Amino acid sequence: MSRFVERYPGRALAILIAVAAALWLIFATWPPGLEEAFGRKKVFLSAVFNGVTLGGLYFLVASGFTLIFGLMRNVNLTHGSLYLFGGYIGYAVSVATGSWLLSFLCAFIVVALIGAAMQILVFRRIEGQELRQTMVTIGLSIVFADLMLWAFGGNFYQIQTPAALVGPIELPFVTAVKSSGEAVYLQYPMVRLVILLAAVVIGIAMWVALNRTRIGMIVRAGVDDRDILAAMGVRIQLVFVLVFALGAGLAGMAGVVGATFQSLSPGEDLRFLLASLVVVIIGGMGSIPGAALGALIVGLAEQLGSVYIPTYAIVVTFLIMVLVLAVRPQGLLAGR
Amino acid sequence: MVKGRLCLAALASLLMSGVAFAQEKIKVGVTATLEGTYTVLGEDGMRGFQTALNKLGKKVGDKELEFVVASTDATPDSAVRAVRKLIEQDKVQILLSPLSGDEGIAVKNFAKTRPELTFVNAASGAQETTFVDPAPNFFRYNMDGAQWQVGLGKYAYDTKGYRNIATVGEDYSFIYTQVFGLVLEFCGAGGKITSRQWVPLGTKDFASVIAALPDDVDAIYLGLGGADAVNFLNQYQQAGGKAHLLGGSIMVDQTILSAKGNAKNALIGTIAASGQADTWDDPGWQAFVKDYQAAFPPEKRFPSPSLLATNYYNATTALILGLRKVNGDLGDNQSKLKAALAAIELDAPNGKIKLDANRQAIGTNFVTEVVDDGKGALFSKVAKVIPNVNQTLGYDPAVFAKIGLPSRTVPECKKY
Repeated sequence: MSRFVERYPGRALAILIAVAAALWLIFATWPPGLEEAFGRKKVFLSAVFNGVTLGGLYFLVASGFTLIFGLMRNVNLTHGSLYLFGGYIGYAVSVATGSWLLSFLCAFIVVALIGAAMQILVFRRIEGQELRQTMVTIGLSIVFADLMLWAFGGNFYQIQTPAALVGPIELPFVTAVKSSGEAVYLQYPMVRLVILLAAVVIGIAMWVALNRTRIGMIVRAGVDDRDILAAMGVRIQLVFVLVFALGAGLAGMAGVVGATFQSLSPGEDLRFLLASLVVVIIGGMGSIPGAALGALIVGLAEQLGSVYIPTYAIVVTFLIMVLVLAVRPQGLLAGR
Repeated sequence: MVKGRLCLAALASLLMSGVAFAQEKIKVGVTATLEGTYTVLGEDGMRGFQTALNKLGKKVGDKELEFVVASTDATPDSAVRAVRKLIEQDKVQILLSPLSGDEGIAVKNFAKTRPELTFVNAASGAQETTFVDPAPNFFRYNMDGAQWQVGLGKYAYDTKGYRNIATVGEDYSFIYTQVFGLVLEFCGAGGKITSRQWVPLGTKDFASVIAALPDDVDAIYLGLGGADAVNFLNQYQQAGGKAHLLGGSIMVDQTILSAKGNAKNALIGTIAASGQADTWDDPGWQAFVKDYQAAFPPEKRFPSPSLLATNYYNATTALILGLRKVNGDLGDNQSKLKAALAAIELDAPNGKIKLDANRQAIGTNFVTEVVDDGKGALFSKVAKVIPNVNQTLGYDPAVFAKIGLPSRTVPECKKY
């Protein structure tokens, strides 16, 4: 941190000013001139919160994607299909049992098992052949998409939000002050906050697992040099299967999240595959903090874009991606 | 041995083609949005199509109708691709297409490049399709989006007492047309539109759009359909939204009113306008609803046909009646069929339909209010029936032409 400031004092200052401005925009009561030029504060604040919560969902999907790539150098293009399948499993479970939490667990386990099976049956046989792996995953994603269309049809599915989480909650952010001097606080959907919290907890758990545990150490060593790690007697194939299962399971769980505050339908698999690709390209392939930063940037860009420049909102995300590729092609937080 | 079998197979296929030859076929291509945001709409459209076939049969004189179905995703290029494929690969002679607004404009333009074929619009409702430079071989038996909103503005202003409303709609031609119809009438009565928000078709996350809805309006008009509408309602419920709502023709429709979950309950009491009303007591409508219900098991259909089912039903019916009138004669570039189609007056389940000089429907419109039937199912109940709605909405054609084509900002909120 201090080294960064010493090396790039200009950039550090710019970042500091941007952060201060953002904090002021979020916490201060907006003067009338700003409201006129920029719209109401409630809209801005909601868009920021929505961007962050959407970023949480993108992080859940992309973290598994980046983990698998980091360790196995396998660009797993079936990741979107795993997301969608997890959502469908979650839907079936929540309809059958009525339990939202159980649907997370089932989606995680079932999709993790599928991920493990894919690693054992398919990718182990073509290890190290990156182009072939990529082609195989494209093929599998098409097959999965058609199988799911066959089984679940073209209809859209939504998982019922548990009754306790329906409705808004008041947050301690002032959006406006009434003429009587009474402050108006931001109303925000509770379920999105819960989901954001879950994403943060999972993110921290993954970081701790990777940086503070023995298995995490093995995975990190594998990311750096697979062959040496294998030569030291670690059962690398088992690690591969576990990581693939974890990454797939996270995608499955994200499917349940997506089905709760958005909806599931054919085509969502591609949308989330694309989102994860953009997220990891921005954040840096193989890096968990990179996935978190990338997800946050993409989520904010989508939501702020949809409010302030609705017509071009779709382009913003890709502009950011192009910019990152041009300036820092390895991604913002890439290790190497 | 192998050779013998091959011979036998060849002989069999020769015989089969001989049988097919004896009965001449008329090939009809059908498109529906069976993928993407409007999947549910396309599926119910196909149910309406099937209901019409069940009733009328596939025979035209001594010829048999053969249908080839292609899927689209509500984008204009997907519709043109599907139509080209049907014509060039499947060799269809007649098209029953398409479902959605932008698709309609694209297919109409494509129809001009194939003047010898006949195109019967299935359900699309953008105004431009038949209003600007219409194709002589393109026939539309459903009203356009603006016609489907007739009555809503006045009802909202006079009966409900709304004075200021804001609109949220999908950013494409059909919803432009719907908002066009609403704004003309509502502002003409004296109301004000405070803001118009447009969201891309296929938007998943409406949270920021919902947050940007103004608080100081009497009601909010929703021009959404399919998955977008369900997503919106779900997130609207999560955000605790409580405003009065007005609905477009595919927002207050069985495709949304029968969606799973309870987010749709936000629509109870919502007023809307459309080319049909679920609980209309007209015997023709009731008979159609019975036919639709009898054609499919309850879990594979809606409790009552959606607007799309009705449109596909009417389009299919018109086509078959037209073909029967000319006894399936498609000679001379199908000119007899085209003349017959232009002259048909349909006694449709949702009121009488006839075509104007642009081959655009003049029909009946319904103002409705969403009610709960007491068992958790939602239906649109008739509030007002308005017969003989034409494409210029009763305006003098010269005045109407000056308003401009429906877009994000047209028409202005004033009395024309």
